[in-house]
Amino acid sequence: MAKGERKAGATRPAAPASGGAGDQHPADAPAGGFVQLLTPDGEHLGSVTTADGTTYAVDFTVDEYKGLYRDLVTVRRLDAEATALQRQGELGLWASLLGQEAAQVGSGRALRKQDMAFPTYREHGVLYCRGIDPIMPFGLFRGVDQGGWDANEHKFNSYTIVIGSQTLHATGYAMGVTMDGKTGTPDGEAVIAYFGDGATSQGEVNESFVWAGVFNAPMVFFCQNNQYAISEPLERQTRIPLYKRAGGYGFPGIRIDGNDVLASYAVTRAALDNARNGQGPTLIEAYTYRMGAHTSSDDPTRYRIASEVESWRAKDPIARVKAFLAKQQMGDADFFEEVDATAGKLALDLRERVLAMPDPQPVTMFDHVYPNGSPELDEQRTAFSAYHATFEGSGH
Amino acid sequence: MADKITLGKALNHGLRRSLENDPKVVIMGEDVGKLGGVFRITDGLQKDFGEDRVIDTPLAEAGIVGTAVGLAIRGYRPVCEIQFDGFVFPAYNQIVAQVAKMFYRSKGKVRVPMVIRIPYGGGIGAVEHHSESPEAYFSHTPGLKVVSCSNPADAYTMIQQAIASDDPIVFFEPKRRYWEKGDVELDAPLADAYPLHNARVARAGSDATLLAYGPMVRVAMDAAAVAAEDGRQLEVIDLRTLSPVDYPVIFESVRRTGRAVVIHEAPGNLGLGSELAARISEECFYSLEAPVLRVTGYDIPYPAARSEEEYLPDLDRVLDAVDRSFGW
Ligand SMILES: Cc1ncc(C[n+]2csc(CCOP(=O)(O)OP(=O)(O)O)c2C)c(N)n1
Repeated sequence: MAKGERKAGATRPAAPASGGAGDQHPADAPAGGFVQLLTPDGEHLGSVTTADGTTYAVDFTVDEYKGLYRDLVTVRRLDAEATALQRQGELGLWASLLGQEAAQVGSGRALRKQDMAFPTYREHGVLYCRGIDPIMPFGLFRGVDQGGWDANEHKFNSYTIVIGSQTLHATGYAMGVTMDGKTGTPDGEAVIAYFGDGATSQGEVNESFVWAGVFNAPMVFFCQNNQYAISEPLERQTRIPLYKRAGGYGFPGIRIDGNDVLASYAVTRAALDNARNGQGPTLIEAYTYRMGAHTSSDDPTRYRIASEVESWRAKDPIARVKAFLAKQQMGDADFFEEVDATAGKLALDLRERVLAMPDPQPVTMFDHVYPNGSPELDEQRTAFSAYHATFEGSGH
Repeated sequence: MADKITLGKALNHGLRRSLENDPKVVIMGEDVGKLGGVFRITDGLQKDFGEDRVIDTPLAEAGIVGTAVGLAIRGYRPVCEIQFDGFVFPAYNQIVAQVAKMFYRSKGKVRVPMVIRIPYGGGIGAVEHHSESPEAYFSHTPGLKVVSCSNPADAYTMIQQAIASDDPIVFFEPKRRYWEKGDVELDAPLADAYPLHNARVARAGSDATLLAYGPMVRVAMDAAAVAAEDGRQLEVIDLRTLSPVDYPVIFESVRRTGRAVVIHEAPGNLGLGSELAARISEECFYSLEAPVLRVTGYDIPYPAARSEEEYLPDLDRVLDAVDRSFGW
């Protein structure tokens, strides 16, 4: 799809938003409402105006809508391939994004080229939308390395497994953007930090809110509230809707239908643009659902009931886009088939390349401990190699 | 009568008995309730003891340990679960600055009898932060006691003893041994159990002393079995208590054998082995036939899973060290 400008945007009233703009009440919204532009039935609402007077709208070209659909299908297909690879023993672990495609594709496509993203371990969809080769995180999950990519080159930080840490990194990076004078214009830079509902309990995440507020950091906190932190439901982390937390830190918070790719796109784009224009941080709570297990090591049947999962299936993030495209006659059976087939080919290609990943040479574990090296460690490396050489040819 | 159960199940039984015996004991952590913990160590406990005694906490380690301190001041005996070794660090401030010092600062008036359980060590093919051995940080901290079990029988009694103790205790569980089975006397009175802060001779021998704890005890035992085939009788000491270390047992052994090899997964630099080597050379200098040798993880971050077999001390590396000791 066309990767350039999309016609989406938000108009804000003159006064700054007060926070708590989640007051639109579609039928499937949680108490307090959320911003939705595409209903589960595939009805396009065009634009919505929240209580603080901000209007969110998307008006894409046919190709752009089809492009979003292709993104959604592709990231789900690649994710399914990863899940299969894990089951076949080819990955040590996989953290599936199933159910969260719209939140990730919408926000991922809302990023401009110059923007920087700080992911957790689940943002495969955002990674894909940044135009990054989807194989990039597979070294980590296969156990051949720990990621090993250049955050600055890809404008996409390392996956972060220790819950919440990356929100502070994102805030510091955003402070640097300000210090470099890269805000205040429409082509300024913005930063996005991804995290889950569970992460909102961490002290570090709350500290990042404080810092971002105090330093007016040009960033977006993008919380995918998928309702669970492993087995613990949202009620274990909060007594108020998460987006409302922002008010206490002095910046706006807004809840979106996390299964609506258009809402995710429009609201994230607006928040990023506010940030790059010097208007400071925004917290977006993407209200969604983790359809699969927490990771491949988890058994969700121990803590949630099947009917709950089923009720969310009716809000599937992809089905609604397909319904919309079909209703608007933007996409026909051939198109949908072609998208599936192309995604399937990508998945197959991914599989082959994952299987071809070489195991690391053991001695490489001594690499990259210090930029300036360490004579002590060099000795350990030498001793390690000498020791292993004694097994050569012994079938060890 | 002894039951043959896994180390994980033994901990589960031990926790259950502690909950039964003392209404002040509470378990708190991430996913410890309905899920029973990611390793199922607390399986079924919330169902039987209720949500007030087995508490699914918000996802915040500083919060888990910090509120446990408050509960302890209030008279409770909290047992905190840290989900994995690599996730204890948000709680590090609370553990080192508060848990460790409360008794001292209050001139002995305030006790914080709490246990911080940490599944630790590698060998399970996990992603980063799930395979670390941070025991030295805590052993280095005055005011904390640190223990590690290596087998189901010890797991069962040691967890109960730790909970019953008024000392704050960091309890390291060898996660890759959770599934190993052994005989456990579930009905034996705790008062008769081997004392918590004593090391144990796991295998008697006369030619060299292997010192290990937690997950490495099995490796040491396997090495001793192989060495025996070659006619070398290795004594294996399971430290069990890492702070304080039970030195008399160690010194007695090394004075007899004249050789010592310390084994741990944690990096060698300033690891427990460093302190053991120093103390042994101070106390057993005239009995030593060779310097104390260490077989440890390398001084690198824990590597990716497909390299961990090369990182972790194994039978060959232990036997190699024993050879070097004899070749001195
Ligand atoms: C500091 C820390 N504590 C515990 C964990 C173990 N852990 C991994 S994921 C997870 C739940 C995360 O929930 P949430 O933030 O909602 O994100 P989600 O996985 O649902 O996307 C936990 C407890 C961790 N990775 N880091």
